[in-house]
Amino acid sequence: MDNILDVRNLSVSFKTFFGEVEAVRDISFTVGRKQTVAIVGESGCGKSVTANSIMQLLPMPPAFFKSGKILFKGEDLLKRTDKQMEEVRSSQISMVFQDPMTSLNPTMKIGSQIVEGIQKHKNLSRRDAKKKAIEMLELVAVPEPEKRVNQYPHEFSGGMRQRVMIALAMVSNPELLIADEPTTALDVTVQAQILEIMKDIQEQMGMSIILITHDLGIVADMSDKVLVMYAGQILEEGLTREIYKNPKHPYTIKLLESVPRLDMARNESLHSIEGTPPDLYIPPKGCSFFDRCEFALKVCKDYMPQFHQHNKTHKSRCWLNHPMAKGK
Amino acid sequence: MKKYLLKRFFMSIITLWAIVTITFFLMHSVPGNPFAKEGKMPPTVYQNLQRKYGLDKPKSEQYVIYLKNLLRGDFGDSMKSRVETVNDMIERGFPISAYLGVEALLIALVFGPVLGALAALFQNKVPDYISMIIAIIGISVPSFIMGTVFIQFIAKNVSWIPIGGWGEFRHTILPAIALSLMPLAYIARLMRSSMLEVLGQDYIKTAKSKGLSKSTVILKHAVRNAILPIVSVLGTLISNLLVGSFVIEKIFGIPGLGAFFVNSIVSRDYTLIMGTTIFYSIILIIMLLLVDISYVLIDPRIRLTKEGR
Ligand SMILES: Nc1ncnc2c1ncn2[C@@H]1O[C@H](COP(=O)(O)OP(=O)(O)O)[C@@H](O)[C@H]1O
Ligand code: SF4
Ligand SMILES: [Mg+2]
Repeated sequence: MDNILDVRNLSVSFKTFFGEVEAVRDISFTVGRKQTVAIVGESGCGKSVTANSIMQLLPMPPAFFKSGKILFKGEDLLKRTDKQMEEVRSSQISMVFQDPMTSLNPTMKIGSQIVEGIQKHKNLSRRDAKKKAIEMLELVAVPEPEKRVNQYPHEFSGGMRQRVMIALAMVSNPELLIADEPTTALDVTVQAQILEIMKDIQEQMGMSIILITHDLGIVADMSDKVLVMYAGQILEEGLTREIYKNPKHPYTIKLLESVPRLDMARNESLHSIEGTPPDLYIPPKGCSFFDRCEFALKVCKDYMPQFHQHNKTHKSRCWLNHPMAKGK
Repeated sequence: MKKYLLKRFFMSIITLWAIVTITFFLMHSVPGNPFAKEGKMPPTVYQNLQRKYGLDKPKSEQYVIYLKNLLRGDFGDSMKSRVETVNDMIERGFPISAYLGVEALLIALVFGPVLGALAALFQNKVPDYISMIIAIIGISVPSFIMGTVFIQFIAKNVSWIPIGGWGEFRHTILPAIALSLMPLAYIARLMRSSMLEVLGQDYIKTAKSKGLSKSTVILKHAVRNAILPIVSVLGTLISNLLVGSFVIEKIFGIPGLGAFFVNSIVSRDYTLIMGTTIFYSIILIIMLLLVDISYVLIDPRIRLTKEGR
């Protein structure tokens, strides 16, 4: 497949007063054209750092790239200067953030914020840009867009603001949209609408999507491929169907158990995963999930499991999946 | 908005009335009177003077008479100056004070935010330290010491900068800077912290993700939001500036209203004390109102209630 994004051996750390935080550790993945790739994992596992690395929106310092490449259409984005990155942002890769309540400028009209994005990449007059802004709001199904462009963010609900954010992200028809927990801050019903809109737009415009979430429940009908992240690493990768029907990594299995289901009895409590992820100041030598894993073996503590390829698309990092561990 | 303004107007009138009343009775309760210092004066002359200014009448009657005159905009005759009424003095002194005050305010409003923004953008680097030093000096050194230091080290060495007096622009430079330092320093510190906070906000990341250049992100998105808290303290800063101007005018020998005010207290010139106090109060009340209105205008989130609009 023709890949639009190819992340290779990316490691990102933060230099802090207490030492180095290894937020992302040697991750590799690809995103194909028109493909939707979900990155799933508990909070703090490095999803946002990964996303912001691609856009180069991390505060540097403290953040720094330790190693790796981010190939976008074959070109390493990490080699670009700040100025050169400005051309990539929004026009080729754009981003939607987690909290729609804080990600729009509170003192600027919605219309002006969209117009600004349009005019940066297209040579349009203010009037034409405003027309285009209204069209963009129509695209994300904001009612009464002519009136809405002249309003301020505080006059919008959370769901409406997230639509505006998507409109803003789509103004110059980017080839890749990164949505960092776009629905986490929203009500369940609104969540479904936002995801629906993203899917619609993808059908119309044909961009690739990286959908980041901590909720495996929402990715089922959205994504083609799922990456399961934990403590800065990818622990399992597979087609969505493979991850759902045939999860291989104990962490993935736990994540799936923690997804709320409609058929669940009222009083049946959700399995949230016990324990907390490891400290990223001194990442574990062996398997990152060791502390919380009920199947842990002796070897897991001191030796990092490598990826085992189950088939062409499905792989995971767990000693249990190792060909020599046939016990289970 | 109309209703709000009307409400503010009535509140202001009541505030003003309270100031007039309190000042009037406080002033009269302080020992001494305008003519006590003028050496030995024959009792008949003293009594004539008392009668001329109505000081022989009971306090309450004097108060009513004063209020009546005030309603006509008449601050009365000065008890010291034989040639000028209080209105004359205000008319003469106010333009000078206003010029100085506005110049100082402009200096503070231009350099304060710039210094603060630079400090935030270069956090823990040279510009940050420079702004920190200026801020510490500005906030901790009173303006009268600043003024004296300026005279000693600048005016005495630079030939075209006068030691004091009034008339040309060069006369205004040192007093205006001395007066502006405190608000400037305060604004710079406030701007620094507000800017640092704004730079960490999500919408700045959104602006960057739109592909906007660094300068656009900073000027259009960061500075505009970071400046809001400054507008809200502007009222306090302006009143501090007013108080500071009394001393600065005295030090630099500027014939402004502040000098009249200070002199009037020393000499117990009752009518001049009342006149200048009331006049300053009116100016301050108007300034505070303007600040509030401008705050409403620049921050769309703060809209007066629907009925009030
Ligand atoms: N500015 C920062 N300074 C230090 N550590 C950071 C910073 N930003 C993120 N981190 C660390 O990086 C790790 C991953 O964070 P993040 O990618 O935001 O997680 P999430 O998967 O919830 O999006 C966290 O453990 C966090 O402590
Ligand atoms: S490698 Fe060991 S500790 Fe890690 S997930 Fe597999 S079984 Fe559990
Ligand atoms: Mg996150």
